[in-house]
Amino acid sequence: MFLRFLFMLRAEGLPVGTHVWLALMEALRAGLITDLDSLYAIGRAVVCRTEADYDAWDLAFSATFGGAAIKPEVKAKLEQWLQDALQAMGERVDPAFSDEELWKELLKRLEEQKERHDGGNRWVGTGGTSPFGNSGRASRGIRVGGQSGGRSAIAVADARQWESYRTDQALDARDYRVALKALRRMHREGRYELDLDGTIDRTARNAGDIEILERRERENQVRVVLLMDAGGSMAPHARRVEELFTAAEETKTFRSFESYFFHNCVYGSVWTELETNERIATGDLLAKLTPRHRLVFVGDASMAPYELFAAVGWGWSDQDRVPGIDWLKRFKQVSPASVWLNPDPKQWWDHPTVSAIGQIFPMYELTVDGLREAVGKLRAPT
Amino acid sequence: MLRFEGSSRYVADPSLVQVVNAAIALRRPLLLKGEPGTGKTLLASSIAEGLGLPLLTWHVKSTTKATEGLYTYDVVQRLNDSRFGDRDTSDIRRYIRMGPLGQAFAADAPVVVLIDEVDKADLEFPNDLLRELDEMAFHIPELDETVRARHRPITIITSNAEKELPDAFLRRCVFHYIAFPDPAQMERIVRVHFPDLAADVVKAALDRFFALRKVKGLKKPPSTSELLDWLSVLIHMGLDPSSLDQQHPFLGVLLKNERDVEAVRRGAR
Repeated sequence: MFLRFLFMLRAEGLPVGTHVWLALMEALRAGLITDLDSLYAIGRAVVCRTEADYDAWDLAFSATFGGAAIKPEVKAKLEQWLQDALQAMGERVDPAFSDEELWKELLKRLEEQKERHDGGNRWVGTGGTSPFGNSGRASRGIRVGGQSGGRSAIAVADARQWESYRTDQALDARDYRVALKALRRMHREGRYELDLDGTIDRTARNAGDIEILERRERENQVRVVLLMDAGGSMAPHARRVEELFTAAEETKTFRSFESYFFHNCVYGSVWTELETNERIATGDLLAKLTPRHRLVFVGDASMAPYELFAAVGWGWSDQDRVPGIDWLKRFKQVSPASVWLNPDPKQWWDHPTVSAIGQIFPMYELTVDGLREAVGKLRAPT
Repeated sequence: MLRFEGSSRYVADPSLVQVVNAAIALRRPLLLKGEPGTGKTLLASSIAEGLGLPLLTWHVKSTTKATEGLYTYDVVQRLNDSRFGDRDTSDIRRYIRMGPLGQAFAADAPVVVLIDEVDKADLEFPNDLLRELDEMAFHIPELDETVRARHRPITIITSNAEKELPDAFLRRCVFHYIAFPDPAQMERIVRVHFPDLAADVVKAALDRFFALRKVKGLKKPPSTSELLDWLSVLIHMGLDPSSLDQQHPFLGVLLKNERDVEAVRRGAR
């Protein structure tokens, strides 16, 4: 049973190792886990490392201990199992055991327990529901027979109230901000601070006459330029793009931050303000950029092929007829540390213009996890 | 073994109490996350009060370094003293001061240590504390002495998720995310602070409060502490529950951001 739960947790991608299991067993031995509710609360505290893991925990918990309905006698049996485990711990575990021996003993016992209780009981099987499906789980009613009032752990697990905290789904500005904060490159160019080692050294050389030495504080040197697609196909993603923008703008640690808009692809000009239709020539923007700038493009990158490859002449002036893809290449040349964030899920990227742009810029999903990867790419020395 | 049951001033939900006891039993630090105002910091003092132990608090700031929590060596003072010769500088001990964590290790009896807002500091900060929290000991090279905890302190760490914490650090902690209280829980919290308030007033105020939290696009939605402040202002000014139906008197107590006040005023009209 417990072993099954372990694999269920791992299948949900939770970082469960020996470490975690020993902690759970220790909690059992200390008499802290006495029923399903305390197993839910304490197990979650030991297994999960962030609230983003809570939903996966709920899924694994309800897949193992849940099911369409829990009969009271089954629940009693399960709690009996926990009691047994508790006793077994007290009797047979020698405190002198090494971790490895203890782990072996536990696995053996868990295996026995599993065999003894596994066969045919409904709480072991998931009654035909896949633990990896994601539809309908929240709405499935849970009846814990005979018990009224008070939410049971399984009912709580099944309600999936933590679903919105998952990080593999796009989330809110705060999480973007957390991801963006990792984007830094420190140099001693800030305010002056006391250089203690230098002061002592200089003072000693001065035969005890104190001489104060100062040096510059470390300061973030990263300059960020955000270029966002404001075209029609981006409308469904407006909220997420706006949140990324807010997060980047509020991240005070960048040396500088600028943002521009484009339609579909970058052509001869980019917008500085959409509402007032203010634009600057893309050539002028390129002239301002340096290899120290980090460029972040945001867009779905899918358009009609001619919009990317043809010299359509949507330029600053009639003379410049440069295809969109060439403009993108120029950006890449000026500031090699650049990425493209795509709000569409990865499985939709099988599109000629998306893969063409993906060959210029490393492309990531516009999710918290995707942004984190992108920031990792931007941090790498160029 | 020490067991926490809650305290008079703090309404903890049962699962949180279980987690606190698990952290004590497993001798691991308890990492608390949650929205500002969900009572993370208060929980530490409540644990200390409930267990009858002293509380040592270490407020972490953006410039805090890990060793400061253990000890600081005031080398500039010593240098200065030696220069002017007005104090005996031969005893280095006089210039070593224990930080909150160092005091907790050196204490004769078990204590509760609160490392408040650990995410405020540099990204490397938690990693620098790993060994000390694991082994409950640290070395002072200046004295060539090792301070070893005689009683493992109960360690509470709070975080507002401003920065991510390193995995190695998280692995060693017992983690709990304090969700924002639902209306029923909030009513119990209000009751603890204002036991004499009439039921209809509490209900009217809570309805307004949760409606306000639902307003879209607030920079800083009001939290528990703002609600409690608001209630005491209302009580102080003499309140009329019927006036709460449509408006928010003393909105400035609930919303600290001018744009938020503006947004709510416009929405109400």
